[in-house]
Amino acid sequence: MEVFAVLWREFIFFKRRFWKITTSAIMTPLLYLIAFGWGLGKDIVIEGATYMHFVIPGIIALSTMNTSFNAVAIRINISKLHEKSFEYYLTSPVNMNLLAFGHVLAGALRGMYAAFLIFLISFIFGIKIYVDFYFVLICFLNSFLFAAFGYGAALSIESHYDMSRFTTYVMTPMSFLCGTFFSLKNLPPVVKETIGILPLSHTSQSLRDIVLKGQFDHKSILVLLIYAIGFYFFGVGMSYKEMK
Amino acid sequence: MIEIIDVSKVFGEFTAVDNVNLKIESGEFLGLLGPNGAGKTTLIKLLTGLLKPTSGAIYIDGEKMSRSNMEIKKRIGVVPQYTNLDKELTVYENLIFAAKLFKIKGYKDKIEELLTFIELEEHKNKKAMNLSGGMQRRLMIAKALINDPDIIFLDEPTVGIDLNGRRKIWDILKGMKAIGKTVLLTTHYIEEADYLCNQVCLINNGKVFKKETPEKLKDDLGIYTVEYFDSEMKTRYEYFKDKNGAEKYILNTEYISYTIRKTTLEDVFYNFTNRKVV
Repeated sequence: MEVFAVLWREFIFFKRRFWKITTSAIMTPLLYLIAFGWGLGKDIVIEGATYMHFVIPGIIALSTMNTSFNAVAIRINISKLHEKSFEYYLTSPVNMNLLAFGHVLAGALRGMYAAFLIFLISFIFGIKIYVDFYFVLICFLNSFLFAAFGYGAALSIESHYDMSRFTTYVMTPMSFLCGTFFSLKNLPPVVKETIGILPLSHTSQSLRDIVLKGQFDHKSILVLLIYAIGFYFFGVGMSYKEMK
Repeated sequence: MIEIIDVSKVFGEFTAVDNVNLKIESGEFLGLLGPNGAGKTTLIKLLTGLLKPTSGAIYIDGEKMSRSNMEIKKRIGVVPQYTNLDKELTVYENLIFAAKLFKIKGYKDKIEELLTFIELEEHKNKKAMNLSGGMQRRLMIAKALINDPDIIFLDEPTVGIDLNGRRKIWDILKGMKAIGKTVLLTTHYIEEADYLCNQVCLINNGKVFKKETPEKLKDDLGIYTVEYFDSEMKTRYEYFKDKNGAEKYILNTEYISYTIRKTTLEDVFYNFTNRKVV
């Protein structure tokens, strides 16, 4: 089946680049933790918790987003534009839905690996965070939807340079605006409502609520699921667009 | 059998393939010859479902080719012009991945057989990125053969490959011919088509003009060629049915140097592409 074929190949890729993938997945969150957690936020209490406890769920949301998106977008981008191996799929008897699912699932698993690494680093920093089934589910949905977005984005572009548009105009603004480093409560209502629609806002808020309060708004699961399905079909649609 | 019926492909205002009609019989080894931009690659892409015809239809063994026709895709093999390998995977892993995509059961024996066929057994644990250009091409051919296809499309499989590498690929292609595969090959190398193909097709400006055996194409043009360098410092070519005619012609011609030789497929191609056939 296409899903297992892609997972098998991505596992080999992961195994072969284990240290490179691991160190690059650790680097950015580690810097955030040092700069925002230890440096800036050492004496800050926010929403009744230390800033470290406040920011870690946000960093997990951010890292799962970036890792999943990049894991899929870069692989597909290279496979389509550089290696030209994506075309091999198009001339093979593969089901595009399953092929997309395989890639997106592989990307989502890379996102989950990044979340696990942050959890581990936090533990080393002496921060224990509460994790339950919903925490894992939300991390997975966040990883899945951004992996799907990365899949569609990589297939929708015609040059390597176009990829930076998604990073500049979509990923970077979301990274900083969606309540990852600060509470959305202090923003003007219109801005807050607008940002609140974005998937990363739901993930940040839900993960933070689980860690700090042990409960969260279950509606966010539905929102993330809708985004995941929407982006998945965007990706599938883009694969068919490859056959002009 | 492949039937191309009234197929055109238009990109904006540019007609890449113009009302092509062509029939390729089972077991035929057809070479598609044409200059750059003639429409060879577009035609291959149409045949493999990568492009949708603007008009017309393609039938493979009676079934209409479309991007969603999985049954046809199971029976064809494609070697594109550029390398399409997973560079991070080894030779062996590339073939396993291809076998998994084609859902081939018990693929290990098939892979070993293919590795022997393309002479890459000793390199099977090398990453594709570390192979030479010729080896990468051979691996691409093996990938295209993983499903034991009846029909194989090769788009300039030896472009950029050195002579030794090209000869090895020719042997592989001759092997395919010997076991009766239907092969459609596009190439820039005329001697490649002459050496391998039992039928040759000439294509220019998206139109297919002739489909004949290489011998017939040479016969039609004249099996003897007078190639002479004239006082205007230009090389001229004249074609004759017999050697006497060629010799008589040169006696009545002003030249700086000349040669009388057998007509080659390259002469046919040159004559075709420079005569502006309409």
